[in-house]
Amino acid sequence: MRREIPMIITAVVGFVFLIQYFIPHYPFSQLNNWFSDWFSIIGACAIWLGALNLMKISFDKVYRKGRDWGYSIVIIVSFILIVVIGFTGGESFRDFGTKFDWLYQWIYTPLSATMFALLAFFVASASYRAFRARNLEATLLLIAAFFVMIGRVPVGDAIAGIIHLPEVIYPSKVASWIMNYINGAGQRAIMIGIALGIVSTSLRIILGIERAHLGGE
Amino acid sequence: MKYYCIRFSILVFLIFFAAAPASIAQEATNTTMAVDTLAQAPPDVTPVMAKNVTVRDNPDDGGGSIRIDWDLSVDDHEGGKITAYRVLRSEAGTDDYVVVGDAPAGKSEFVDNAVTDGIEYLYKVAAINELKRNGEVIWSVMSDSDPIGPVKSSAQWFNMQRINVFVGTVFVCLAIFFFIQKAKSGQDLYIRKIAGLESVDEAVGRATEMGRKILFVPGINDMDNVQTIAGVAILGRVAQLAAEYETQIEVPVSRSLVMITAKEIVKESYSKAGRPDAFNEDQVHYITDDQFGYAAAIDGIIVRDKPATIFYMGAFFAESLIMAETGNSIGAIQIAGTGQPSQLPFFVASCDYTLIGEELFAASAYLSREPRLLGSIKGQDVAKAAILISIIIGVILETFSIYQFSNFFRVIGE
Amino acid sequence: MKKDFMIYAVVLALTLLFYFVIPKPIIFSTAVSYIIIVLIAVVLLFILIRTIQGKVYERRIVFLFVGIAVVLPFFMSLQQKIELSPEVKALYDAVMELKPGSKVLVSLDYDPPSAPELQPMAESFFELCFKRDLKVIIMGLWPQGPQQAELAIQKISKSPDIQALNLQYGRDYVNLGFQTGNEFVIQRMGGSFKSMFQTDYYGTPYDSLELVKNISNFSNIDFSFNLSAGYPGTIEWVQIGVDRFGVKLGAGNTAVQAPQVYPYIRSGQLVGLLGGLNGAAEFEKVTGVLGKGTKFMVSQSFAHVIVIAFIIIGNAAYFLGERKGRK
Repeated sequence: MRREIPMIITAVVGFVFLIQYFIPHYPFSQLNNWFSDWFSIIGACAIWLGALNLMKISFDKVYRKGRDWGYSIVIIVSFILIVVIGFTGGESFRDFGTKFDWLYQWIYTPLSATMFALLAFFVASASYRAFRARNLEATLLLIAAFFVMIGRVPVGDAIAGIIHLPEVIYPSKVASWIMNYINGAGQRAIMIGIALGIVSTSLRIILGIERAHLGGE
Repeated sequence: MKYYCIRFSILVFLIFFAAAPASIAQEATNTTMAVDTLAQAPPDVTPVMAKNVTVRDNPDDGGGSIRIDWDLSVDDHEGGKITAYRVLRSEAGTDDYVVVGDAPAGKSEFVDNAVTDGIEYLYKVAAINELKRNGEVIWSVMSDSDPIGPVKSSAQWFNMQRINVFVGTVFVCLAIFFFIQKAKSGQDLYIRKIAGLESVDEAVGRATEMGRKILFVPGINDMDNVQTIAGVAILGRVAQLAAEYETQIEVPVSRSLVMITAKEIVKESYSKAGRPDAFNEDQVHYITDDQFGYAAAIDGIIVRDKPATIFYMGAFFAESLIMAETGNSIGAIQIAGTGQPSQLPFFVASCDYTLIGEELFAASAYLSREPRLLGSIKGQDVAKAAILISIIIGVILETFSIYQFSNFFRVIGE
Repeated sequence: MKKDFMIYAVVLALTLLFYFVIPKPIIFSTAVSYIIIVLIAVVLLFILIRTIQGKVYERRIVFLFVGIAVVLPFFMSLQQKIELSPEVKALYDAVMELKPGSKVLVSLDYDPPSAPELQPMAESFFELCFKRDLKVIIMGLWPQGPQQAELAIQKISKSPDIQALNLQYGRDYVNLGFQTGNEFVIQRMGGSFKSMFQTDYYGTPYDSLELVKNISNFSNIDFSFNLSAGYPGTIEWVQIGVDRFGVKLGAGNTAVQAPQVYPYIRSGQLVGLLGGLNGAAEFEKVTGVLGKGTKFMVSQSFAHVIVIAFIIIGNAAYFLGERKGRK
């Protein structure tokens, strides 16, 4: 029964979601709204499980003085700080000028932005390593990367202007062509494959053939 | 205090609102008239009314909406005397017109979504000319069309505009069913080698040799994403191998529901490997829902613990390269799989093996070799072949300006 | 770990030192800027020569140069000519075609990390809408989206052009806030906006908002614009908003996401697209309000050139290795 009940729920919900797309009449028009509401509620409640798990592991580490336990203290302190400030701020805790807003603007925002900004460095190091003219395919990739990279910034056209290149092969034009046609076609092909993969996997799940995510085969 | 003020203003607003329809109805009863708001409108600014107003039940919907169309007024042009159209509605048999909404000049349709099924309504469309200064209306005049109707809304049992999607869905499902049945009957189905999945054993083995842990990252989306489900399905196989080889596996997750599922899967895998006592609850742990907070934590784990093998299986976004490059820098063997096309180039550049899109979804069937799962993949391939053929036919016909075929695949909008 | 904390302390101390020692921003003159660029080029050339001679440079050198390329332009007074791409022009034209009073739904589906790329787009898009008397309805599928909208409006409200418009919340624009549920939110908005947003960002009931009280679903919206940094975002808006409910949609995406949505432009599901900082700068150019997008583009140009330089260096090292291998 531990397996069967989830599988029955999956089958019913999956089937309802499928047919509601074609039947606009009540109750089908509402069923998926209810199901999506339930998912949101379950998801929202489950956040506590995650938060408690994080706290349990962090407290354990501090208690056992495990490796790098100092970082666990940072986690615990920041967690408690944000929760307390959020709750004491009342309903308007997000408004401009509140303590929560201050934390959001001056701590959360720069920290997250810093992580995202690392992408610039990693893109450079990955390009440095990956774009090498090993064979014909890699060379084509390298040429495309060159044009897209230089064509997406104004300096590309500026250089082309200085060396009097014909306008049709200005890097911005070539980059736009690569993005719209070559990249567009490739993306579509991958997307069609992925969409079919999703359909097939979803059907397997609805029919109960796919059980690996339930812990069994 | 603030709340009392808000409540009081809402109350005042509601009282005003309750009294408003009567005055609006009063204004709307005249067919052509001029409404002076703040200042007297200059002469000859009254626009010509909209013509040929038609009303009908909005098709292929769940009811509760009526569509109103009209021909643009002759005054509706650049510099003309129309600034907007106002749609007014009344129940049949009464003359109490209420404003339903405005459509900007140049627009000749409006959908009224605030009607009740089965009740008959009459509509009027008023052409409005307004002068605004600094956002304030200085003067406003309008001319109404004749009432049109009655019309009532109703719900439909089938959305005819989606008939093409229905046909496609039925075809794909039938193809998959057919091959599942065929596989069940014992027919041998060929599936090509997928390098990324072939190397799972080798990757786990390497971690065992090096005596370091395996890190499994199941993406940053929740369990409602099929990619996450496909990812955790692979986790089952990896965890079982890890348990058999007595190698530690760590699964940091960014969603609580994924944590619960992954815990269950890893636990089950350890049982299957005959080592249920070796399973530790904390192997699967939650970090944060925040995208870059999660990426920072994964980077931290990679740099501090130096895992020998890292799996990235699921839905990834901008954090993909941040994690994969860090993994690459410590020399870990990395296997990735995602259905996010924009992240594939990053994984290809930084990982040893990458499952591209549909390979991720095929992983569960590939690893388990379960005939019914393999059958579904064969069915999926047939659907893909049908799409390919359609694309070729479509390209040829479009080249010769025959558009009916490609129009059949059109799904945009209602 | 102690070492780590000491490093953090040193970084903090240095930051504070710089903060107090350098009271106002330093801007190099154009001549000095060019001298610095030439110096960097010379160093890169030196690295290339050393690579050819057989020295292998590790990735930290690449990081250092990218860092320099991103930071230095903030101190330079350089201008660059920005050309308009067809995707950006298409979006601008679509907005310009809207008649005053048209309702525009803007969904901000991003958070602060992507703000450097997407916030300039939000600011210039709002400014264009307000100047054209388009009525803006703001929402977010990401919790931080509506807050980013508030920041954008707060910023553009300081410009005299916008102040002259005498914008009023509730009449000219509304912020409906965030709603959880990802793509299901879009789907349910197809039935009723109010079912998803009973109140706005400030807690005002939906029906009390002059601008939206008569808007029941997408059929009453003339144009939609989505700023997206991932999931849920443009793809979901296309798949549900456009395909199911016929929304006319334009989008702004981070550079990482943009390639994935390109196919939707040619298929007509997307009206136009602002891709990354470049898209932001182009939109600023076409709307005539130059902001951070244009300013940060100099950094982007520098960084791209540096990456290309290192790709060349990498290839030099590779070919050299190959030749040695053959010998």
